[in-house]
Amino acid sequence: MHQAKTMDHIASGMPPRAGVSLKPQHYHEILEKGPDVGWFEVHAENYMGAGGAPHHYLSQIREIYPLSVHGVGLSIGAAQPLDEDHLARLKAVTDRYQPELVSEHLAWSTHQDTYFPDLLPVPYSEETFQRVADHIDQVQEFLGRRILLENPASYLAFESSTIGETEFLSRLAKTTGCGLLLDVNNVMVSATNLGYAPEAYIDAFPVDHVGEVHLAGHAPDRDETGAEVLIDAHDRQVADCVWALYRRALGRLGPVPNLIEWDVDVPAWATLFAEGQAAQRVMDEAARTTDAEPVLEARRA
Amino acid sequence: MPSLSQTQGSFARALLDPSDPAPQDVRRPAGADATAPQTRRFDIYRNNVAVAAIDALGETFPAVRALVGEEFFRATARAYLTQSPPRSPLLFRYGATFGDFLQTFPPAARSVPYLADVARFEFARLQAFHAPDAAPLSIAALGEIDPARVASVTFSVHPSVSLSRSGYPVVSLWAASTGLMTSDQVDMGRAEDGLVVRPHLQVDSHILPPGGGPFLAALIAGKNLATAAEAGGAAVPDFDLSTHLAGLFETGAIAGVLPPPADSVQPNAAPRAGL
Repeated sequence: MHQAKTMDHIASGMPPRAGVSLKPQHYHEILEKGPDVGWFEVHAENYMGAGGAPHHYLSQIREIYPLSVHGVGLSIGAAQPLDEDHLARLKAVTDRYQPELVSEHLAWSTHQDTYFPDLLPVPYSEETFQRVADHIDQVQEFLGRRILLENPASYLAFESSTIGETEFLSRLAKTTGCGLLLDVNNVMVSATNLGYAPEAYIDAFPVDHVGEVHLAGHAPDRDETGAEVLIDAHDRQVADCVWALYRRALGRLGPVPNLIEWDVDVPAWATLFAEGQAAQRVMDEAARTTDAEPVLEARRA
Repeated sequence: MPSLSQTQGSFARALLDPSDPAPQDVRRPAGADATAPQTRRFDIYRNNVAVAAIDALGETFPAVRALVGEEFFRATARAYLTQSPPRSPLLFRYGATFGDFLQTFPPAARSVPYLADVARFEFARLQAFHAPDAAPLSIAALGEIDPARVASVTFSVHPSVSLSRSGYPVVSLWAASTGLMTSDQVDMGRAEDGLVVRPHLQVDSHILPPGGGPFLAALIAGKNLATAAEAGGAAVPDFDLSTHLAGLFETGAIAGVLPPPADSVQPNAAPRAGL
């Protein structure tokens, strides 16, 4: 039954299990212990150097574990054309490591010849839609494979946005054939910052296109009006409210590979591993609950 | 309605210049000061960009950071960011001109004149970390060359090799600031030529003996062994070629020997040994 449910989602060789970010400080421990982790995810840009330790260790780890390559610098949401040199570098990484999943962001980070090391927001307009769809087409054609596009963590919105984010992503998936990466922490961050209900966002998300889920920690802050602001920090454990949102998402998603992202103040391997196990337990519990609910079977039929 | 390109253009300008207003298209939260050039929400992006760039520089230049302290380093890195923001999504390439910047940035140049050379040395170390893999060549390869022609051979250096020629003890300063040496072991009166090389996985730093700098510089430039030895000899009268050559091979800095042009005929000789 789970097998059948999984087939609803976009096909990939990635097992529907919990994975974690692969960090250089953990290379040795992972290779020594061979921990029972579903898979690893790396940032593509960290493996765009020519040689040395990064490729040495990733090659060994990739032989043992399934792999996801997550790009952070392609700037798919930029008004200007994609950087073809960077696209070629991404293809070199995906050709070399043959990852089960490749993903990027609904965001921009380049303007003219400057690279802004962040994921910047786009207005959801018809102009942006056409631009992003064209870029995804170009990327998928060049890489010769499907990519997943991640929902952003936003701190502000644009007056000129005319399309809701879930609708924007849904249309992109239908138009380009790309899959989606549902970052549940980003949903909590954006909903808090922009003042909407995260549950409603999850309930409206086009789950049939989801090929991967992200979970991460956020940092609470305040803006000048005293309103709560959440920062997508990736520097701590997943917040309780994000676990709750993930449970809600699982009710619709079924088993989809999930990932614990931890990029800043990276903890000891044991802590990251435990966080991944926690995500696995939440996924397993949801699977048992879902099995017991025939109404979901009916929905599928 | 502004075009996407216009919105991103004004967004980009305001990210790097705090006096530039955020794009008009940015929605202000209810209750926010309508006269402020930017909302606090926009400042989050400005801060994210600055912190990511400064953190990247901090990871690339740990010795510079240790030498000047965290606060001075971050202020200096911020000034550099304003002048030279990243041009590539590969942040390990960011900071190629940081050494040049430090040389002319008055607060750094006045108080820590050697900082620029340490920065260039550290940048070379990071580039070596990511350099292409190649097997170092053993000095035994020289034994396969006709002794009469050894003086005319040229070498290809390992792709990770970088030579840092400095009027300061650049390698010792780097080693002291990263804990490999103690600061009282640094002879501030000594000029050092540093060699960075990554023969396998680990990046190594070497202090070249006197004459080694001009000798290696000539080899990197593709001069033949005799010419390079002359360059070394011009720097130190007692330049000992065999010691310098053996030392270089030992570091793994030589990846290939290229026999001299075939004026003395060897039709079946391989064009390159070692690579």
